[in-house]
Amino acid sequence: MSTLTIPSTESTTAAVDPSVKLLKREQRTMLMLLSPALAVVTLLLVVPLGWLFIQSFYSDGFTLEHYARIFTEGIYWKTFALTFKISIIVTIAALLLGYPVAYAITRLPRRWSMIVLAVVIVPFWTSILVRAYAWLVLLQRSGVVNDSLMAIGLTDKPLSLVHNELGTIIATVHILLPFMVLPLYSTMQKIPKDLLMAGSSLGASPFMVFWRVFFPMSMSGVIAGSTLVFVLCLGFYITPELMGGGRTVMASMLVSRNIQLYSDWGAASAVSVVLLVCVVLIFNIVSRFVPLEKILGSK
Amino acid sequence: MKSINLTKIVFVAVVLAVLVYLILPILIVVPMSFSDSRFMSFPPPGYSLRWYESFFDSLAWMSAAGTSITLAFSTAIIATPLGVAAAYAIHNCDHWTVRYVKLILLLPLIVPIIIVAAGVFFIYALTGLLATMPGLILANVMLAMPYVITSVIAGLYGFDKTQEMVARSLGMNRFRAFMTVTLPQIKPSVVTGAVFAFIQALDETMVALFISGGENQTITKRMFTALRDEIDPTIASISTLLTAASFALVLLITMSRKRA
Repeated sequence: MSTLTIPSTESTTAAVDPSVKLLKREQRTMLMLLSPALAVVTLLLVVPLGWLFIQSFYSDGFTLEHYARIFTEGIYWKTFALTFKISIIVTIAALLLGYPVAYAITRLPRRWSMIVLAVVIVPFWTSILVRAYAWLVLLQRSGVVNDSLMAIGLTDKPLSLVHNELGTIIATVHILLPFMVLPLYSTMQKIPKDLLMAGSSLGASPFMVFWRVFFPMSMSGVIAGSTLVFVLCLGFYITPELMGGGRTVMASMLVSRNIQLYSDWGAASAVSVVLLVCVVLIFNIVSRFVPLEKILGSK
Repeated sequence: MKSINLTKIVFVAVVLAVLVYLILPILIVVPMSFSDSRFMSFPPPGYSLRWYESFFDSLAWMSAAGTSITLAFSTAIIATPLGVAAAYAIHNCDHWTVRYVKLILLLPLIVPIIIVAAGVFFIYALTGLLATMPGLILANVMLAMPYVITSVIAGLYGFDKTQEMVARSLGMNRFRAFMTVTLPQIKPSVVTGAVFAFIQALDETMVALFISGGENQTITKRMFTALRDEIDPTIASISTLLTAASFALVLLITMSRKRA
């Protein structure tokens, strides 16, 4: 009803006002500049995602069987449970190992902090295949780690450190640790030193200053780093495939096996959709506390 | 006083242990590559160049290396201008849709890579782009887009827009004004974006496992298969070369930033 009473001023002014015309032209230029990049991402990512979504409900007509299978068939839900278990362990381990390192970088004199930062970033620039190979060498039965453990008498016979869950976790933490340290470091760097000094001048012990002042202020870094590590770990494929010896099956392997071995797109897309929904939900919840760009910034 | 020192010692020990954990696997690859033994024993029983020879003498490895290098250069050459154009538009446009456009362009970073690979595989199976060079390049351009765009947007934030406007008000057209005034000043961020795109394509494994093959098999796919099936010590020499290449590129970025 109201559309009838309100005169359409928009189109008439656009015809007269040259600044609006200019604005329209400006927007057309911007659209033109955006379109190649947008086309590539849309065609190769957005369209296939939509197709996977439809496919996950399809098998000679609408069906929920692909989703039902995830919750009823042992291999599916056990794989999801294992994926979450490994992701949680990896995130906690990365936080426990990464926090002291990030803290050290902020507190050390500049020269030393640059060296520590370099040690954190160097693995970042090394292929994950190279690192998987190195860990296979280090962790094998007669590898460096087993030899040293036996030499100091911690164990009598070599431990199985690789081709299992443990090997997967050791290598995955190694790969994801920089994604934890960098957001932690960038947050800690911004904590004003005066606040810490104020704390200790008011009589707090160094531990209290850390626990009551520093740690709470580093929380947004903890959230950003943990989210990034957890989400990346949920979708990990290469490392568990190489380090897990075929027994550590994670959600990503369900996708790849269903496509490459069985050509079962229904099952593969249902697993993909569940995995993607988990990732989007986590990002969505966390982005209420920490901006998404901060989380993705170090990726 | 004594307890403080003890905490400090424990703290330093923990940090050192983590640093060893981070760096050891990367350092160990270099001596392994010069081993003269077939077995993955460390330290190597003797030293030789046989694994470098077995890499450079192998037609299959050489062709995979060629594919990866061609792929990395083409990706950087195509992804950089596309990314710069998109970043420029995102930075200069305040239309309400821009937020969503940016989100779409960042999607390759958000969606788990296995799902990206499955999707690209599906599209390529339909269009006959599987195991082709254009297909590989296109997929890597898509994957590199977020890196180039975020890097260039960061560069544009540090640049005073009015300079380009001055050039335009003096009669230059927009493209020339951008090329002669803006681009030289945001060059370090563009170089960083291009290098990221290059390394991304050189390193990419997951999508290549699905879509590369035949003559167009990337070196990462061959390495993955070699590591999974039977560990060939040639991997150590390739690993050393790959690591050296990434370091050279990082050095390049650092230098281009310093000069700016």
